[in-house]
Amino acid sequence: MKKDMICIVCPVGCHLTIDTETLKTDNNKCKRGERYAEKELLNPTRMLTSTVKINSVHQRRMPIKTTDAIPKDRLFDLMKMLDDVDLKVPVRIGHKILTNVFDTGVDVVASMSLEQ
Amino acid sequence: MKPYDIVIIGGGAGGVAALKSAYDESLRILLIERDKTLGGILKQCIHNGFGLHHYKEELTGPEYAERGIREIEGLGADVLVDTTVMDVNKENGRFSINVINTDKGAFTLESKAVILSSGCYERTSGAIQLPGDRPAGIMPAGSAQRYLNIDGYLVGRKVFILGSGDIGLIMARRMRLEGADVLGVAELMPHSNGLTRNIVQCLHDFDIPLYLSHTVTDIRGESVLEGITISEVDEQFNAIEGSEKHFEVDTLLLSVGLIPDIGMFDSLKFDISPKTNGAIVDHTYQTSIEGLFACGNALHVHDLVDFVTEEATKAGKQAKDYILKNKKRSHNTIDLTPKGNISYLLPQKLDMGDAFEEVTVSFRTTTNAMTGKFHVYQGDTLLFTKKAKFIVPAEMEKLTIKRDQLINKDPINIEFEVINV
Repeated sequence: MKKDMICIVCPVGCHLTIDTETLKTDNNKCKRGERYAEKELLNPTRMLTSTVKINSVHQRRMPIKTTDAIPKDRLFDLMKMLDDVDLKVPVRIGHKILTNVFDTGVDVVASMSLEQ
Repeated sequence: MKPYDIVIIGGGAGGVAALKSAYDESLRILLIERDKTLGGILKQCIHNGFGLHHYKEELTGPEYAERGIREIEGLGADVLVDTTVMDVNKENGRFSINVINTDKGAFTLESKAVILSSGCYERTSGAIQLPGDRPAGIMPAGSAQRYLNIDGYLVGRKVFILGSGDIGLIMARRMRLEGADVLGVAELMPHSNGLTRNIVQCLHDFDIPLYLSHTVTDIRGESVLEGITISEVDEQFNAIEGSEKHFEVDTLLLSVGLIPDIGMFDSLKFDISPKTNGAIVDHTYQTSIEGLFACGNALHVHDLVDFVTEEATKAGKQAKDYILKNKKRSHNTIDLTPKGNISYLLPQKLDMGDAFEEVTVSFRTTTNAMTGKFHVYQGDTLLFTKKAKFIVPAEMEKLTIKRDQLINKDPINIEFEVINV
């Protein structure tokens, strides 16, 4: 089976196809497209940014991010886990909120400091 | 009250960078911010992709903001938050700034120089003449972003987005991740204004359709939004009959453009560019009023915060020199004006009385190209040509002109020649 993709490695944005069995790519202008397509097919990963509850006087949500990309098909699972987080001030930027999510070695950390 | 040397209006990325570079122990400097904390729009831009130029690493918006704020902490400059500027006037060489503070009420500040870094606002439904009913549930994408990321409210459950700029794409993903159903994004132009990365990771990842060459042609709902109709448009942007698609939605988000937010400075009556909707400035970022500087999105809308920081750093340095070196502007100026396929140039003037060696010109093209050339002319003479790759109107371009390249007092023009589309 052939799968269509748009390569996002550089601004050219090749519209390429990859054969899901042989992993052979077509219409990519360079080697980097092959690597991108193979990774996107076999193990697509994404960073997640979202917010969690916090009792700050300034804002009701604390922005968070994953420290690295996690498997794309776990994004909604992680969103669900974030629903249960209830932070209390003070929180410093980089504070670990969840550690080693889905055994990926990736943590969820605070994106800002909220002192009060 | 003793007058300030420099007052900076707006505590976002621009104002914070302007304060850092304007700061000097001998100067009285004040930064005014209307929100309760500094950081500006970055605080609600929780996604990453910021800082690659300025900090050489990928940061989220709040992280980028916090780095800048840390750099000005402890400098000894005054910072006034929760304070809105109502009006600014200039009399007898001094600016008087009328402000309202939540605790202290209304009062007036005086300053020798002012830097405008008040950011921009979103075009609303009123500005784009949407057809049909006027129910609740239609709002700019950035407003929905603030409600969601700072206040914790999801503004709707069934969402459609008009405009495919990056804010619209980012909000499509964000609303979907928070459990809303995002039925589609419509774009009037035949191509998206957003980054390919955002098309892939915000729309394709979540199977959100993008309708190019489409616009909203009907809105239905008595008190709250019940549904919309989109239609395909022809090359003149007229709706094509029979191409209608109907969507039952409770929310329509608009991502249809940003405008410098400088209405509170109307009484100063400085010259405004019809292209940028911001002030006309010379290469010192000084407006047509001496001692009044402008930078960031209040001057022209940027696509990268890194460039706001860079521009505001220059404006801050110029304001400092204006006070410390008592720099006066000359009336010996050279105009910078756009030519073919260029929408605007910034700055719009060079002050030749100032001893600059080179100037960086920011500009946007009006057309896409894989490869092309920027031609820089003075009068009819070609000064130099620079090759360009992957040019899109949504991304700001820059080039540097050296003073010793100039040959006379004629206006400087930049033209964009498309080689491969």
